[in-house]
Amino acid sequence: MTVLQAHYDVVIVGGGPAGLAAAVGARDSGCGRILIVDREKEMGGILNQCIHSGFGLHNFKEELTGPEYADRFIRRVRSEPGIDILSESFILDISPDLRVTLMGSSIGLVEIRAGAVVLAMGARERARGAIRTPGYRPAGVMTAGLAQRMVNMEGLLPGKRIAILGSGDIGLIMARRLTLEGCEVTGVYEIMPYCNGLTRNVVQCLKDFDIPLHLSTTMAFIHGRDRVQKVTLAPVADDCQPQLAKAWDVDCDTILMSIGLIPENELSRQLRLQMDPITGGPRVSSTLETSLPGVFACGNVLHIHDLVDYVTEESMRAGAFAGELAQGRRRPQDNIELQAGDNVRYCVPHTLSPDREISVYLRCIRPQRDCILRLGNFLEKPLRLVIPSEMIHLTIKPEILQRFYGTTLRIDIVPREDA
Amino acid sequence: MKSQIELVCICCPMGCQMQLHVEGRAISEIEGNTCKIGLNYARQECIDPRRMLSTTVACKNGLWPRLPVKTAEAIPKAMMGEIARSLHFLAVTAPVEIGAVIVENICGTSINVVATRSMPKVKLEADNN
Ligand SMILES: Cc1cc2nc3c(=O)[nH]c(=O)nc-3n(C[C@H](O)[C@H](O)[C@H](O)COP(=O)(O)OP(=O)(O)OC[C@H]3O[C@@H](n4cnc5c(N)ncnc54)[C@H](O)[C@@H]3O)c2cc1C
Ligand code: SF4
Repeated sequence: MTVLQAHYDVVIVGGGPAGLAAAVGARDSGCGRILIVDREKEMGGILNQCIHSGFGLHNFKEELTGPEYADRFIRRVRSEPGIDILSESFILDISPDLRVTLMGSSIGLVEIRAGAVVLAMGARERARGAIRTPGYRPAGVMTAGLAQRMVNMEGLLPGKRIAILGSGDIGLIMARRLTLEGCEVTGVYEIMPYCNGLTRNVVQCLKDFDIPLHLSTTMAFIHGRDRVQKVTLAPVADDCQPQLAKAWDVDCDTILMSIGLIPENELSRQLRLQMDPITGGPRVSSTLETSLPGVFACGNVLHIHDLVDYVTEESMRAGAFAGELAQGRRRPQDNIELQAGDNVRYCVPHTLSPDREISVYLRCIRPQRDCILRLGNFLEKPLRLVIPSEMIHLTIKPEILQRFYGTTLRIDIVPREDA
Repeated sequence: MKSQIELVCICCPMGCQMQLHVEGRAISEIEGNTCKIGLNYARQECIDPRRMLSTTVACKNGLWPRLPVKTAEAIPKAMMGEIARSLHFLAVTAPVEIGAVIVENICGTSINVVATRSMPKVKLEADNN
């Protein structure tokens, strides 16, 4: 059992890939007292339920499953002296002077002091309430991620005949998973005219099993009083409104929703952190520090990542900066504001400093071929294709920012002239 | 006999649409790929399509009732259903170490099925009796 100390250099909220990597980063920066807290029975976060392969291609140059990727980091964290791991405990509150209140089955209610805090609470799935589906409220409607946890960890099947609403990767992966478990998947229904998941998942999760993908289609009505009995589907017109004259019914006992993730930010809001309404996460500086000094954020709580490798990269940095601060080393303040311009939905971090190399993550608004990613007049990076579901990574060298004397830099994605 | 196969390359987000011209059992031409990776993928998909299979098996006395497993190498695509079904009624007992071989030579493929996580044993109430 973990015996808690009264003071830690760095306290990390959440033990998913972000929290684990932040602990490694903090340790590498020289901290000797680090605490990771997670409300689950074990560390690893969402990776424990993602049993398919496709994790770690960048970091380990091999394709691991989610649990295998988590295992590498859990071993690393366990082998480091000075990192305490606390499971089945919940962080309730963080005060502006970094006193952390936590509660857990083995510790009761305790307060500890922290030199710095890293928020790594991950994300939650959008549920039915986030989109308006008319109809009854029977049992059998759930998020794809919940079904993933039921099937892969708890050994429960959500139903026998499954309809999947939304073409996010989790939904596609669950279509294959449930088919392999003997369920019948009637189809994946996506309101947009394009699929939100990776081509790879369309081919290997749907085509391989002859599961139809209906684009520009939405769920018009859910039938069934106690349990889902059938669903009415309808093609949508350009204004995304269902065309009821062309609707059809599909019998099913379960509906899975795969309609995106939202950062889990109850704690951030409680702390009154400045938030970015687009990412749904806190605003951060180039050291990934939020508007509350000493509180850092990384992983899905900061912005939704599609690749766990990027979560790891970002979180190692957040942990290292938190560790530096806890040891009394403060970086110069950022003096450049970073702005999202043409075809850029958001970029993280929100401010920059010319004192070191900086990693920027961004997403585009719409797909674009043969374009250029441009940072002010200072940096151009040609890109063959950008799509909203794939995060773009940009490294900015300090020399570039040292030549810049303004206060605001814009990132744009523009067509390539010669293309 | 000449025929044409449509294929989407899955090796990167470009998702190139490729056309394979097949004569008998040989590929005569591949069109639509942007790079060499696509060529290799198309050949492999046409001659011997393979997939990694990941699924779960029941696990007694473990932290969770299911243990995630995978085939140690990619298996022939056509055997996915058969192999998944053959694992439906298999049960192992915790503790299990990550990488442990759960089934050797699954369905005669000479490929092993291995555990993709360690499953600690959880003491059951029944153990106390
Ligand atoms: C259902 C689902 C399926 C996904 N499937 C894939 C996939 O197939 N492939 C892929 O590349 N990516 C997938 N992702 C994206 C994946 O989440 C990220 O790649 C990565 O796991 C995010 O890491 P994280 O550490 O930020 O968050 P998480 O892994 O979600 O970890 C956050 C942890 O924080 C804990 N926590 C939260 N609040 C508190 C609190 N107040 N106190 C204590 N602990 C707390 C949670 O219990 C959790 O363990 C999926 C995400 C979800 C939600
Ligand atoms: S052919 Fe090359 S560029 Fe096209 S999808 Fe495949 S890997 Fe990508």
